[in-house]
Amino acid sequence: MDQYRINHLKELEAESIYVIREVAAQFENPVMLFSGGKDSIVMFHLARKAFWPAKVPFPLMHIDTGHNFPEALEYRDRLMEETGTKCIVALVQDSIDQGRVVEERGVNASRNKLQTTTLLDAIEGNKFDAAMGGGRRDEEKARAKERFFSHRDEFGQWDPKNQRPELWNIFNGRKNMGEHFRVFPISNWTEMDVWQYIYMEKIELPSLYFTHKREVFNRDGVWLAKLPFMQLKDNEVVETKDVRCRTIGDVTCTGLTLSTANSLEDIIHEVASTRTTERGGRADDKRSESAMEDRKREGYF
Amino acid sequence: MSGKESGYLDMELLRFTTAGSVDDGKSTLIGRLLYDSKAIFEDQMEAIERVSERSGHEEVNLALLTDGLRSEREQGITIDVAYRYFATPKRKFIIADTPGHIQYTRNMVTGASTANVALILVDARHGVLEQTLRHAYIASLLQIPHVIFCINKMDLVDYKQEVFDKIKSDIDAVASKLSVKDIRFVPISALKGDNVVERSGSMDWYDGPTLMYLLENIHISSDVNHDDFRFPVQYVIRPQSAEWPDYRGYAGRIASGVIKLGDEVSVLPSGFSSKVKTIDMMEESLEEGFAPQSVSITLEDDIDISRGDMLVKKNNGAEPKNSQDIEAMVCWFNDRKLMPRGKYVIKHTSADARCMVTDIQYKMNINTLEKNEEDKEVGMNDIARIKIRSTKPLFFDSYSRNRITGSLILVDEATNETVAAGMII
Repeated sequence: MDQYRINHLKELEAESIYVIREVAAQFENPVMLFSGGKDSIVMFHLARKAFWPAKVPFPLMHIDTGHNFPEALEYRDRLMEETGTKCIVALVQDSIDQGRVVEERGVNASRNKLQTTTLLDAIEGNKFDAAMGGGRRDEEKARAKERFFSHRDEFGQWDPKNQRPELWNIFNGRKNMGEHFRVFPISNWTEMDVWQYIYMEKIELPSLYFTHKREVFNRDGVWLAKLPFMQLKDNEVVETKDVRCRTIGDVTCTGLTLSTANSLEDIIHEVASTRTTERGGRADDKRSESAMEDRKREGYF
Repeated sequence: MSGKESGYLDMELLRFTTAGSVDDGKSTLIGRLLYDSKAIFEDQMEAIERVSERSGHEEVNLALLTDGLRSEREQGITIDVAYRYFATPKRKFIIADTPGHIQYTRNMVTGASTANVALILVDARHGVLEQTLRHAYIASLLQIPHVIFCINKMDLVDYKQEVFDKIKSDIDAVASKLSVKDIRFVPISALKGDNVVERSGSMDWYDGPTLMYLLENIHISSDVNHDDFRFPVQYVIRPQSAEWPDYRGYAGRIASGVIKLGDEVSVLPSGFSSKVKTIDMMEESLEEGFAPQSVSITLEDDIDISRGDMLVKKNNGAEPKNSQDIEAMVCWFNDRKLMPRGKYVIKHTSADARCMVTDIQYKMNINTLEKNEEDKEVGMNDIARIKIRSTKPLFFDSYSRNRITGSLILVDEATNETVAAGMII
C-alpha cells in the first residue's frame, strides 16, 4: 500500500487545510491574523489552497504595533493586492491614543504586550467569533499544551485547565454569546516543517528572511535593528552586519541572526544545524520563565 | 536541493502517545528521545539547567523539558496533554505526552485518538500494575495499531533477563483479552540510555531492536483503511466568479479509501449518484485521491449536497450504516455525570445532530477489565457502553473498521463542553 503514502509535509498540509475549512464552516465571522511573518504567510497560503478556486472567505487582520520593518508592510500590501484579499489593520497607536493602554517607558519599552488589548478590542469591535493564528506548539512550552480550537471566555482569556479535549479530527466550536475561539491551524508544524514547506511550495517571502546588510546593535546578546524608534543605551554601538530575520515581529523585540544565507536551501541548512530556538532571539519571552503563559492567559496571540 | 535537505522532504509522519505514571520515568524517556535526536536547543537546555539549580536538583532534570505550565512546575505533575516534536532523517514524530494518574484517563484517551503507536512504560522493579492494564486497555479501546511496552529501569534490576521475561509473559496473558494488532517489548533504561537510541551494552541476551529503531521502522502506511471510500463533505466551494461561474466543489478530508476520476459515487442521505469529474488541490488536479488527503471533488451532475452529507463509492464493498440508533463505548470527560435519557449534541464526522442516551448497558472496570451491569452511574473518566438515538440518521462504520467514521463526541448543550468521546460498535 506504499503507493498511497504522502510525506510529512503533505500530511501536515492536509490537516491544516481541514482545520481552516472547519473554521469557515463552524463560525459565522472568522478572521485570520496576519503578521507578515513566515508562519502567517504559510497559514494564508494554506487558506488559499483550502478554498481554491474561490477567494478566501474571511478577512485577514494585522495587529500593527507601528514598529515595523518597512519590508514587511510592503510585502503585506502587495500580497493582499495580488490575491484580492481584505486586510484589516488594527493599530496599537489607536489603543494608546484612546487611553486603552499606556506606552511602556525606558530603553526596553516594547509594544508587544500592548498588542493584546488592541487584538481583543478589534475582535470585539468587528464581532469576530474565531481568530486564526500562526502559533505552533513547538515554539514554546505553554504553546505545547494549546488546542487547535482554543476556547476564550468573554474577557478573551485562556484558561489552560479548562480546555476542551480534542479527539480524532472532531472539533467543537460551540460557544456562548461574547465568547470566541482562537484557532491554530499549523499547531503541529515545527520551524523546520515551515521552511521545508516554503521550499516545496515555492512560496515568496519578505526579503528580510534572507541575508542583507543592516545597521544593528547588540543588547543582552541579541542583535536588534537600528530603526528610528529604537532607543539606544549609552554603551550600545551601532554596527553594520550581515543579518537576516528568523522570525518577524515587532522590531523592538525581534532579534536578528548573523547570517549570510541568501536562499531557502541555505536557510534550511542553517535551521538544521542551529542550536538555539527561534524564540531564543525574542526579548518578549525572556522577561520571565512563564512570560508566554502569562501573556496567553490575558489573551495574547 | 540535494543530499541531506532534499532527503528531509521525504519523511513519514508518525504520531505516538506515551503512557506511564509519574515514577515510571516517562518524562525522562521523552527527554532522552528529544535529547538524543538533537531536538533540544541550547537555550531550552540552559533554561532547564537554571530551573533545576533553583529547585535544588543535583543533575539536570530532563523531565523538566516536558513540564509546561507554571502550576505544573510548582506541583511537579503534568495536568494536560502536551505535544512534542522531533525528527530523524526517516520520520517526523509527534508525541502526545499524557499524564498517567487515574484521574487523567480523559487525557490518555485524547492522546490515543490520533496515535499510530502507543508507548506504555512499565517499571521493571514493580512489574505489571493495575495502571499497566488500564493503559493497555485504553490503547486497545482506541484501536492504536501498534503498542510498544517499554520495560524501563532495567539498570535497577541488574539488567536481568528473568525480570524482562516475567513481565513480558504477564502482559501476554492479559493481551489475549485485548484487541491490539501488534505488540512489542523493549527492555530499556531511559536514564542511562540503554536500548532507547543506542543499543545497550549490558543486555546481550536481548537481540531485538532499540526503541528508536522500532519508531523509525514500524510499518504504518497499511494501518490506514484504503478499502472503503468515505468522504464526509465539510464545506461547499462555490466561487461564483467570472472565471469560475459554475464551479461547485465538495471540500473535505478523505476519511478512508481511494477515489479515481470517473468513479461512480452515491451521496448520503439523498441516495443520488454521479461520477467524479475532478479531484482538486488548488491548481493541481489529481488522477486519484486517498486518505488522509484534503481535496475538493467536483461531480458530473448538479446535485444538492451540503456539509454533513457523505460521498461513498458505488460497488465498493459494504456501505456505511445509515441509522438513528448507535451503540458505542464512551469515555466520560466531565464532572457533570451522564444523564440517563439526557439530551446532548452529537458530533460525528462533519455532521451535527441532537441525540438522547437511551440506555446505559454496562460500565467497564478498567482495572480488572470486568463489566459492571449494576452500577450505571457514569462520571468523569468512566468508560461505558451506551445506546444513543439521534434526531437524524448518521452514516457510520464500526470504530474497529474506521477510526474516522466510527468515532463521535457528545457535547453538553448547556455548557457547550465536550463531555464524552465515543467509539461506535
